Amino acid sequence: MRRFDYTRAETVHDAVVALAANPDAQLLAGGTNLIDLMKYDVARPGAIIDINRLPLKDIEELPDGGLRIGALVSNSALAYDERVKERFPLLSSAILAGASPQLRNAATTGGNLLQRTRCYYFYDPSTPCNKREPGTGCSAIGGVNRIHAILGASDKCIAVHPSDMCVALAALGATVEVEGPDGNRDIDFADFHRLPGEHPERDNMLQAGEMVIALRIARNHFNRNYTYLKLRDRLSYAFALASVAAAMEVAEGQIVDLRIALGGVAHKPWRDALAEAEFAGREANEATFMQIADRLLSGAEGQGHNDFKIPLAEKAIIRALKQAAAGRPQDQVVKAIQ
Amino acid sequence: MLNESKVVGLPLARIDGPLKVSGKARYAAEHFATDMLFGRVLPATIATGRITDIDVSEAERFPGVVKVYTYKNRPTVAKRESKWKDEVALPGYTMRPLEDDHVQFDGQPIAFVVAENFEAARDAAELIRVRYAAYDPHTDLLQEQANSYEPPVPRMKEFMPPKPRGDAEGAFAQAPHKIAFEYYMEGEHHNPMELFGSTVLWEKDGRLTIHDKTQGPQNSHDYVCNVFGLKPENVVVQNKFVGGAFGQGLRPKYQLFLAVMASLDLRRSVKAEMSRREMFYLTWRPVCLQKVSLAADAEGNLQSIMHHALGGTSRYEDYQENVANWSGMAYKCDNVKISYEIAKLDRSTPGDMRAPGAASGVTALETAMDELAYEVGIDPLELRIRNFIHVDQNQDKELTSKALHACYREAAESFGWANRSHEPRSMKDGNELVGWGMATGFWEAQLSEAEAKVSLSSDGKVVVSAAASDIGTGTYTILNQVAAEAFGVSPQAVTVRIGDSSLPKTSVEGGSWTAASSGSAVQVAARAVVATLLKHAQSMPNSPLADASEDQVEIAEGRLVLQANHQVGVAFADIMEAAGVSEVEEHGKVAPDPATMKKFSAYTHSAVFVEVKVDEELLIPRVTRVVTAVAAGRILNPKTARSQILGGVVMGVGMALHEEGMVDHRTGRVMNHNLAEYHVPAHADIEDLEVIFVKEDDDKVSPIGVKGLGEIGIVGVAAAVSNAIFHATGKRIRHFPMTIDKLLAEPDRH
Repeated sequence: MRRFDYTRAETVHDAVVALAANPDAQLLAGGTNLIDLMKYDVARPGAIIDINRLPLKDIEELPDGGLRIGALVSNSALAYDERVKERFPLLSSAILAGASPQLRNAATTGGNLLQRTRCYYFYDPSTPCNKREPGTGCSAIGGVNRIHAILGASDKCIAVHPSDMCVALAALGATVEVEGPDGNRDIDFADFHRLPGEHPERDNMLQAGEMVIALRIARNHFNRNYTYLKLRDRLSYAFALASVAAAMEVAEGQIVDLRIALGGVAHKPWRDALAEAEFAGREANEATFMQIADRLLSGAEGQGHNDFKIPLAEKAIIRALKQAAAGRPQDQVVKAIQ
Repeated sequence: MLNESKVVGLPLARIDGPLKVSGKARYAAEHFATDMLFGRVLPATIATGRITDIDVSEAERFPGVVKVYTYKNRPTVAKRESKWKDEVALPGYTMRPLEDDHVQFDGQPIAFVVAENFEAARDAAELIRVRYAAYDPHTDLLQEQANSYEPPVPRMKEFMPPKPRGDAEGAFAQAPHKIAFEYYMEGEHHNPMELFGSTVLWEKDGRLTIHDKTQGPQNSHDYVCNVFGLKPENVVVQNKFVGGAFGQGLRPKYQLFLAVMASLDLRRSVKAEMSRREMFYLTWRPVCLQKVSLAADAEGNLQSIMHHALGGTSRYEDYQENVANWSGMAYKCDNVKISYEIAKLDRSTPGDMRAPGAASGVTALETAMDELAYEVGIDPLELRIRNFIHVDQNQDKELTSKALHACYREAAESFGWANRSHEPRSMKDGNELVGWGMATGFWEAQLSEAEAKVSLSSDGKVVVSAAASDIGTGTYTILNQVAAEAFGVSPQAVTVRIGDSSLPKTSVEGGSWTAASSGSAVQVAARAVVATLLKHAQSMPNSPLADASEDQVEIAEGRLVLQANHQVGVAFADIMEAAGVSEVEEHGKVAPDPATMKKFSAYTHSAVFVEVKVDEELLIPRVTRVVTAVAAGRILNPKTARSQILGGVVMGVGMALHEEGMVDHRTGRVMNHNLAEYHVPAHADIEDLEVIFVKEDDDKVSPIGVKGLGEIGIVGVAAAVSNAIFHATGKRIRHFPMTIDKLLAEPDRH
């Protein structure tokens, strides 16, 4: 851990100005990821701007029946909010599939989006890593990589995004509200995180000095036929090997509208809106679900240890779609898969 | 001397429990002194090579840093290897921290930063610049098989394979039913809650009081005295509370050496504690490759057992454990061949981890037994019962006791084994395949040399002292119970002093022998107190006990009385007053009895029954039920005993499904060196666990009839899980842990 300056922001404007003024500064919210990274000497911010006192802790009603979620709403508060449970149960379920109660109490909505990607080598500063030190190489390629990406990886980085919450947000098509030195802007959730490409050091599309201030989720009809199915190496408190957020509107056995996003398989929550559209109007049955899995995984590529993730993700997609179609979402307490 | 129990055998809550849950129990790194310094290790980041340059100048300049030690400025310490050998040292060359520029394993300490506060030491350590000439690491056991060898110097003669008996190969060739498979276990890493730490309190007269995380305060004491040439009377090592150890704390760890070194050099108190990451660099359960061949006749009677085991060790020491010998004593078989080899890897020396050897070896044997049961076509439990044996064929000795039949019977009954259908994939619950598997567990029932001091004061207070350790097992509580029982007093009247090197000599707390050994020593000392009281009583005028002998008297309700007639006796307060003493204190000592050992072997046994449910499509396994029945002689305290077995079972589930040090063989480094990526079972992975202690009387295994419980709980669990997964899915996984990737890759066998 390196020494750093600590300041506390009293307004969003202060935070953004301070962040923009110092490229070496990072925001501190719940700290559940950043503090770990600092202890491991992976993150070395010269300055910490504590934003925990900013007034971003409310969940507000939107005129369309949607919700606007402040960046500092804790994961627990969000998951257990009655409106979220009723309108966006997929989000609630995904949050409860992740981490532990203690972590969910501390972790925030904005912080969840900004978790760094998961990779053994990224977390070990004595190994080369393009994400930590651009240009040094990717140690995970050819190394220990059973947890790594099967979709959207590059020859620079094969890390995966660790979030469960973000997989649900991707499926629900949330909007990220960002404030920066030049004012506000919205980013579609699908565009918020990025694939590693040539620049794995960048996990998302935030510009220098920008911070997440809220999420918006528009009212939808995905509160009946949905599920969050997470497969992992132990039954709780483990990152996903593959997870699926699935939601659909079904009428007379046919898919009217489909949303599906995958976690644990790529540098960002993996969603293919074009593919979803192709399946509108199709029978909501196993044959269709198999085709959806095929379509989503058509570009999947293993790295050796993680080859199993391709059949695992395929099975998970089919099962999750069955759960969603049947209106039988995965219970996050019962450990039997429904 | 197995009297009717009054306190012994009661489920007393552990007496150190309130201290632990209220934060009053201080662990090794929780002791403070004013003016104390803090040390932090810089671990090497290569597995093998040399340090070509180590630049500490920036670290030295860091505010608060007092001194940075490397191999270049390490103070003079003992040179002769014999001085470095601790009580449980291994054949080879003991690791000496900061010895020279050689790096022999990933994580080897190469610098020690000492500063006025912990943060400065930690932050400065990251400023040290190291350059290495790294060699190609050899860390893959499968690749190093070709270089395996039989250990030239046995760690213990008991670990050497027994001589072959009969004609195992010939019998195998002729038998109608046979199986032969390889089983591979990944390395496991200890992760007790408490990190290794040492607080060295330096006093001006040169005395050191050291709080060390260890399973043997006298082992740490002697090591420190030998290595630094200190007078034994000037050093005290304490470990009053230990936050879990499981074998990792048997040998002194490098932070002890470094903290003492800096303390002596700087003439200040020094504390050093490892990081969680450093816990992954030492004393791991070695990766292990085994080949087991079993053959049986048409009825399932074993005709041949062959078991070859290969374990990993380091370049500098030959770590050895008893992996395969269990296969020669477990079942009746006249044709047996067992062999054991090790292979050098560029890794730290492995070490003992809960049931070392047995946890790996019995997993292979008991999975193979299940495979044989299916080959023969009989129930797996029936196969074991058919091959039951009442003697130790390895050593041609009788057994002190073996209530394993009762374990099978009671566990099977409670589990409902009779309702099992034999065919794999024949039981379902909703989307899940249900599997029932079982295994036998074995561990040695050992007695080690142990001493204890017991005093009884005229007001009825009892003090027990011994250099024993309570590593979370309940030693405080059971020694209390043995003493309370001996004097007929309540546990509240007894004070137990352990965890201090200045107390009566006791071996390291390992091998599951502490309850049997220290418990017996306390009982012997208590009997000596009674004998002394009797002598004093007989010096009293008109003593009613004048004609009584030692074995005719006992203490009851504050009086020394005749066992046969409690009316006849004298209050021990009166005896002490007459003798002019306020207390009577005596030593007790126990050691294995050579005559008994010559004739008898002693083992603890268990039967483990496991239910798994496995989603039929997704193949995610979960352990929904475990019933373990244990035959361990006399149970001193069913509550602490049960906890020991529960912990062992949970660790066994981890071995079966989760625990694995993932090594990048390109660099020879463990990459999942934190508890987010190194998985042990979470609460959700553990459902219904039941522990049964079967009745087992044993008057030979130890003076108090106790066999240990620390290890037996884990043995057999991974095999029972593996067998249950086979029964559920038809998939036989011979590579542990049985993670989802292996289940997906394995074709159905049925």
